[in-house]
Amino acid sequence: MIVYILRRMVQSFLVLLAVSLVVFMAVYAVGDPIELLVSAEASDADRQAMIKRLGLDLPVWLQYWSFLTRAFQGDLGTSFVHGIPAIELIVQRFPATFELVVVAIGLTCLLGIPLGLIAGLFNDRPLGRGLMGGSVLGFSLPNFWQGMMLILMFAVWLQWLPSSGRGDTVNVLGVPLSLFTADGWSHVMLPAINLALGNIALVLRLTATGVMEAKTQEYVKFARAKGISERRILTRHILRNILIPVVTVIGMEFGTLIAYSTITETVFAWPGMGKLLIDSIYKLDRPVVVAYVMLVTFIFVMINLLVDLAYAVLDPRVQLQEAP
Amino acid sequence: MMQPDKPLMTIDPSKRAQPLQDTPQRRAILKKLRSKPSVKGAVIALVLLLAVVLLAPFLSPQNPYDLGALDLMDGRLKPMSEAASGMTYWLGTDDQGRDMLSAILHGLRISLMVGLSAVVLATIIGSLVGLVAAYFGGWVDTVLMRIVDFILGFPTILVALVLLAILGRGVDKVVIAIVMVQWAHYARIMRGRALQERKKEYIEAAKNLGFPGWRIMTRHLLPNCMGPVMVFATIQIANAIVLEATLSFLGVGVPITEPSLGLLIANGFQYLMSGDYWISMFPGLALLALILSINLIGDRLREALDPRK
Amino acid sequence: MTIPLLEVQDLQTVFHTEEGAWPAVSDIDIRLEAGEILGLVGESGSGKSVTGFSIFGMIDAPGEVTQGRVLFKGQDLRELSAESMRKLRGDRIAMIFQDPLMTLNPVLRIEEQMLEAIDAHQKLPKAQALQRCVEALAMVGIPAPEKRLRSYPHEFSGGMRQRVAIAIAMLNRPDLIICDEPTTALDVTIQGQILYRMQQICQAQGTALIWITHDLGVIAELADRVAVMYGGRIVETGTVAEVLDAPRHPYTQGLLNSLPAQATPGERLTQINGMAPSLSGRVPGCAFAPRCGRATPRCVDEQPPVTTIPGRAFRCFVPLEAPAA
Repeated sequence: MIVYILRRMVQSFLVLLAVSLVVFMAVYAVGDPIELLVSAEASDADRQAMIKRLGLDLPVWLQYWSFLTRAFQGDLGTSFVHGIPAIELIVQRFPATFELVVVAIGLTCLLGIPLGLIAGLFNDRPLGRGLMGGSVLGFSLPNFWQGMMLILMFAVWLQWLPSSGRGDTVNVLGVPLSLFTADGWSHVMLPAINLALGNIALVLRLTATGVMEAKTQEYVKFARAKGISERRILTRHILRNILIPVVTVIGMEFGTLIAYSTITETVFAWPGMGKLLIDSIYKLDRPVVVAYVMLVTFIFVMINLLVDLAYAVLDPRVQLQEAP
Repeated sequence: MMQPDKPLMTIDPSKRAQPLQDTPQRRAILKKLRSKPSVKGAVIALVLLLAVVLLAPFLSPQNPYDLGALDLMDGRLKPMSEAASGMTYWLGTDDQGRDMLSAILHGLRISLMVGLSAVVLATIIGSLVGLVAAYFGGWVDTVLMRIVDFILGFPTILVALVLLAILGRGVDKVVIAIVMVQWAHYARIMRGRALQERKKEYIEAAKNLGFPGWRIMTRHLLPNCMGPVMVFATIQIANAIVLEATLSFLGVGVPITEPSLGLLIANGFQYLMSGDYWISMFPGLALLALILSINLIGDRLREALDPRK
Repeated sequence: MTIPLLEVQDLQTVFHTEEGAWPAVSDIDIRLEAGEILGLVGESGSGKSVTGFSIFGMIDAPGEVTQGRVLFKGQDLRELSAESMRKLRGDRIAMIFQDPLMTLNPVLRIEEQMLEAIDAHQKLPKAQALQRCVEALAMVGIPAPEKRLRSYPHEFSGGMRQRVAIAIAMLNRPDLIICDEPTTALDVTIQGQILYRMQQICQAQGTALIWITHDLGVIAELADRVAVMYGGRIVETGTVAEVLDAPRHPYTQGLLNSLPAQATPGERLTQINGMAPSLSGRVPGCAFAPRCGRATPRCVDEQPPVTTIPGRAFRCFVPLEAPAA
């Protein structure tokens, strides 16, 4: 068991290293590194100073080494546009993205699971069929367009909710969060729905197929033969069997949501990490792009590791070897 | 004396007992039993769309790429407005005076082109990798699958974004980016399937007959493993189309001179607040129709090919 | 005269397809006294399981019970609401299924699956309910029952799981248990043990049983009375001794002849020609006619009515001769 944990940690570390190598190659070795790292508006003198400082006149492998060491110290370059370290910039924006993702996951659970239960239990009636069919819509709609239609409907035509931006924030432990204000909630609703819609559809279908399979199992029939009420059959027998895969998927989707927040934040002008990434790509602020990639990779690797470890703890029967 | 398998009497089928035709709950039960709406609707929609797309140059009232033909004065006109030249702008115009209908038709073309070529390329590359990994096994398999796992560990949108940030804009670059993120899926599927097939006897027989590895892989193994890959590919066409649209919307996809549906939608975004909804809505609906029909067909295909039937 | 525990009159269950509603079982009449063990015998496709489920009220679409009355202690079960029926199940009437592997929910402990069976019908303090569970497990021969309660189903073998299912069925001391081929999937030796236990328990508690099986040998050991089914109908009933010693229906005779125990060593085993018909492949008359050595054209076209003599009944136009008095 310990061996497994250690092995996974080493693997994760290797992955991070590999990504750093790929990123380094992409940014520093492809094209003119000077163009990529030094703002186009810098003067010649500044340029020379930068080259010296960043060691761009050194051999490639030395550059990589200095890149790594600096990365370990948390220095992933300085933003051209904002003039502060890229990492700092990203961390500043993190709470906003985090809020969005948390609300989106909440919506996924609150809507996806119950609707999936209904779809699975009533799959021979129009209601169930309609939900399953509707869920296809959920993951067919292109994310960005769906967001725009949400704005059109709720902000322009109905004028119920604001169309962009983040609401008023309250400082919690030094971190500004908007979920503690009513204004904050009115601003987060549309983007969160936008972000969650694809996931809700996914969880709905997952839950529904799980229920449909569980419904036909012998043990459900036997429970009925014992005179157990339908409600208890649902909550104790069916739900227990389908919840494990559903919860796993939701956990894994956390990372995907962070990725897709780039789109939602762009559409709704939500000041999170994702919007920062897009803006940085536009403005050719490469250090920020690099820092973003490294940070998100790190988050992903950590999430994967945690999920694997959770599995190992929850279910010791599971074989902990690599798949054949 | 007595043959065990034949009945003593052969009964004329017309003399068989007939079923009942009416019972209290028959109607309700039959309603539940009837299968879902067939795939016909989706196929028809898709064929129509394909036809329209292929004939786009002939069907569009206007060539949306010809900047000379555009009249800025006709910008942001509502659907069903008239142009000075007498042409009807069925779906309105965008801010450049482009006829939305023509732009959408051409945009659909690009979307489909990108989606199809990306999927075809990804299928070829991915299947090859998966096949090689499964056939040779050992360290070849391990190394290849590590790479596959690595790529699959990241969300496609992110990888594509960063790739395009480096590569720049252009239809071909978008295709490259999509292929780079998608091929890993095919590799994994193909490998899984090939591993199963590899153990079967006809492969053993081919090996014993002394056929070279390449021949076994391509002539014997490959045809039998194509099934799940093809089903996956049909679904991925829709995904590739959405990915291209998203990337174009975010500004890293196709250039402005050849707007795909994503870019059209992006253009219309700024006018949404003032109520000029058609610039974004119609391209979106077209995109939606395309994706829905592909997804629905893929869904039905998977059901039909379900080995449990 | 007391009312019988169970009286089934003229039961018919159909299965719906696009072509029509095919009768799976028809004209089913059963009479069961308290404490009696009835064997329901027939090959696959004879409708014996459908009969069991129809009595229990667990026929799901595309099936439908279309006719008949199921009188349990005088009350027609078909007239009851779903909720009333639910209260009866597991309490006054219980059922045991064929496949022990999936009857128990794999993610719940035995304890929970037993306690819920009690809890669904009466409110007992937990200690008392647990005690009852332990006693039930001991009764079916599970060693160290207090500890085994905390186990999961996958920790038991098939035979043990079936015993647990029996224990659950007996928890609330039902008046009737319907057993749908419970030993078919088990080893012959295990089968013997379980049959023995069932017999003991039922005698001790006065529980009536309907034991559904294709195995005449089991019936001979266990049952008081037997009903033979073919093609969806009961073709012969009577006490076990009478039916097995002197069958009147040709199918019953055929079944008896094909028992390996009856064979002469060195000679070919006797079989009944042909195969049982599918739901849609039956003739209007006696379903056995196409395979019957005694059949007449009338047998094929017309459904033979029930011939009743005291304690016996059969459906046949050309029955075997009655034994000499």
